Formats: sequence, C-alpha cells, structure tokens
Amino acid sequence: MANARKVSFTLNGKPVEVSVEPRELLITTLRERLAHTGPHIGCETSHCGACTVDLNEMSVKSCTVLAVQCEGAQITTIEGMEQGGALHALQQAFHEEHGLQCGYCTPGMITRAYRLLKENPNPSEQEIRSGISGNLCRCTGYQNIVKAVQSAAKKLAAAG
Amino acid sequence: MFPAGFDYHAPQSVADAVKLLGKLGPEAKLLAGGHSLLPMMKLRFAEPAHLVDLGRIAELRGISESGKEIRIGAMTTEHELLNSKLLADKVPLLVEGAGWIADPQVRYKGTIGGDISHGDPANDQPALMLALDASFVLTGPKGERVVKADGYFLGLYSTQLAEDEILTQIRIPVPPAGSGWSYQKLKRKTGDFATAATAVMLQMKGKSVAKASIALTNAGPTALKAREAEASLAGKPIDEASLAEAARLAMSICQPTPDQRGDDEYKRAMCGEMTRRALEAAHARAKG
Repeated sequence: MANARKVSFTLNGKPVEVSVEPRELLITTLRERLAHTGPHIGCETSHCGACTVDLNEMSVKSCTVLAVQCEGAQITTIEGMEQGGALHALQQAFHEEHGLQCGYCTPGMITRAYRLLKENPNPSEQEIRSGISGNLCRCTGYQNIVKAVQSAAKKLAAAG
Repeated sequence: MFPAGFDYHAPQSVADAVKLLGKLGPEAKLLAGGHSLLPMMKLRFAEPAHLVDLGRIAELRGISESGKEIRIGAMTTEHELLNSKLLADKVPLLVEGAGWIADPQVRYKGTIGGDISHGDPANDQPALMLALDASFVLTGPKGERVVKADGYFLGLYSTQLAEDEILTQIRIPVPPAGSGWSYQKLKRKTGDFATAATAVMLQMKGKSVAKASIALTNAGPTALKAREAEASLAGKPIDEASLAEAARLAMSICQPTPDQRGDDEYKRAMCGEMTRRALEAAHARAKG
C-alpha cells in the first residue's frame, strides 16, 4: 500500500495495531483485517446504522469513520458485549423479547442501545425510539426492539 | 465503497493546521466530523489529495459564555450542543435545532463548524446562525477575522471561508431575556434533509412584535434571511393576518430545488407553513 500507516487502538478491551491506507473505513478494518464481522455493512452511506460501533463513548457509524481517525481510541463492537461467557442484558433481552427476525440490524441496534442506556439508564418509550432512530430494522416494526431495550434497562437498574 | 486515495494529517493545534493548509494548498480539505465530506468522497464527488483532520485539536471544542455572547468551538459536536445546559439556558434555539439534525450517531460526529462551512443550504446550522445573528471567527496565516453569518453564505457549497482559513469559533449574542424561539422542520424521515424548515427568534413588547428574526433552510442556494417577512411583523400583534403576510413574504423569496421531497410549489407552500408554525411557537414562548 502506497501510503499505509500504523494505527493502534483498543478493541473490546484488547490492544490492536493495524496497517491501513488513510482511505480505509473503520468498518472494513474491523471486518476484513481484525475478523470482527459483528458490525455489518448495510447501506454504506451512514443511513442504516448496521455498522454502529462504540467509539470513545460515542455511537458511530463505522462506514463513515476512517480507521486512521481511531489512533488511541477505545472501540467496542457487539463481540465485546458478552462478559465471561454471559450475554449482556441487552443481548439476553433481545432474545427473550424477540427483538430480531433476520438479525442483520441487531449488532448495530444493540451497540447503539448500549450507549443510550449508559447515558440515560431509564429512558421513556419515546426516548428509546428517538435514541435508536439512526438504526433501521426492516423486519420487526421496532415494537419488540423497544420492549427489549425497556426490559434490559430494568434488569440493568435492578443489578445496580 | 472507498474514497480515492489521499494523505492524512492530524495536527494538534490550530497554528499547525493553518501552516499545513498553507503548505498543502488547494488540494487539501479540512476534515471535521466527516459526515458530509466522507460520503461525498466515497461517491467521488470530492477527491482531495490531502485531508487535514481537525479532530485532535482540543482548543476547537467547547461551549462557554464570554460577556454577552456564547462562544462555541467549531469542532463541538451536534450531540454536545443538544446536551449543553448552558445553551439550554441561554440559546435554547440551538438545542432545539440540533435535535432536528440527522440522527444520534451522526450527531456524535457531526460538528457545528462543519455543518456551517460545508455551505450546504440543506444543512440546519446556517439558518439557525442567521436567526441568531451569529458571527464566525476565521483563522488564517494572517491571523483572525470575524465575519457575520449574514453574508457568509455565498452560494451552494460556497462561503466566505478562504482556502487557507479555518472556521475556529462561532459567536452568538445572548438573546434578550424573554425572547421566543422555534425551529420548525418538515422532513420525510429521521436523517433526511429538510423539505422545508424555518428558524425564528422573536422579541415582543406587550402584544406587539419588537423584533423578529426569520431564516429559511433548504429554500434556495444558501440559507435565506427572510428580511421582508421580518419587517412586516414589526409593531404588529401575532395574529392570523400578520402570520399569513409573513408566511407569504417568506415564500416569495424561496427558490427551492425540485427533487424527491417535492416540487417547487409544494416546497414553497411548506416553507410558508413552517414559517407560520415557527412564529406561532416562538410567540407562545416569548415574554414581552
């Protein structure tokens, strides 16, 4: 690669270093260099939210971030949600509330909901709907996704 | 979908960024939040040879009060505007407006400076800046100059920002106590640009309008200040007749581009409707 440069960041708690061209998008680095295929490529135009990851405590669409912008960053993907073999409360709630059908949007949806609940642990239904408005789901009609986020919020609050 | 190749630069200070811009010349573009520029680069509408990323420059972020104005670093994100207690208290129009921009993920990355300097009339900040009578600090090799938002927007993707300058700060005079405000935006779905939108600041004296400031989003090649509509309200009460006349005058300056959001006639009508609603909402909030 003509002008490749090294970029280091923390991915799901582990330090990683990659060599990338400046034009490489974060979603490509995650999927093709680091084998993290949880974040999906949907529209690739920053509309659908399937590629959402958590970057320095922000939900971002990784199709519209360059990997070179991530030097020193803390990145969490859906692969980093599970802890010690136990599903995250959001993952468990999406399973229990049937918050997915085809599942394509789910990694982005859960990663976005993770940050939403960090910022607002007890959101109203309306706050959940606007909070996930950057994530498109073409199967569920969102009803069960909202229920899943509400259910996870309750469980997380109860767990303290 | 990759952009064409480019070299990437991440200066740590405004001074270094200005030096880099001078050295790299017109083949360089500034990268702010990247949510307008990167999509354009992916579609090859833009193919800069160099990107100068402003994301590492701490001095370009933050919201503060200085005397009678609010100062906002150009790299402050829309998310930060939306969650600012200072803005909620002093310039609530900006908080309301930020909430209408794009979607949550885009607001974490999108910046007020990028939104303004992209020069896209479909962006929301240009009209908000016109309504708030904001000024912009432009920093270049010869130092700083301060220009008014009114006059900054020259045409589609064209502003007063020179190729060797960086928009570093936005300055907003704190509106007088009791001012009413509203941003009314019609859009087809979350994340879409406005079919039509209107920003209003309103000062009342008793039952009469003391001062109205009205600006329109996506109604022409730049955000538009609806001067005749503003003047028509001076000294009048807000009622059906004055609202209808202000809406008519706002519609009269529209030059909307027909697209999938609507034809000229529909967009013009919606601009009038957003203007009427924004004035009504601002009036309900104003204390004269």
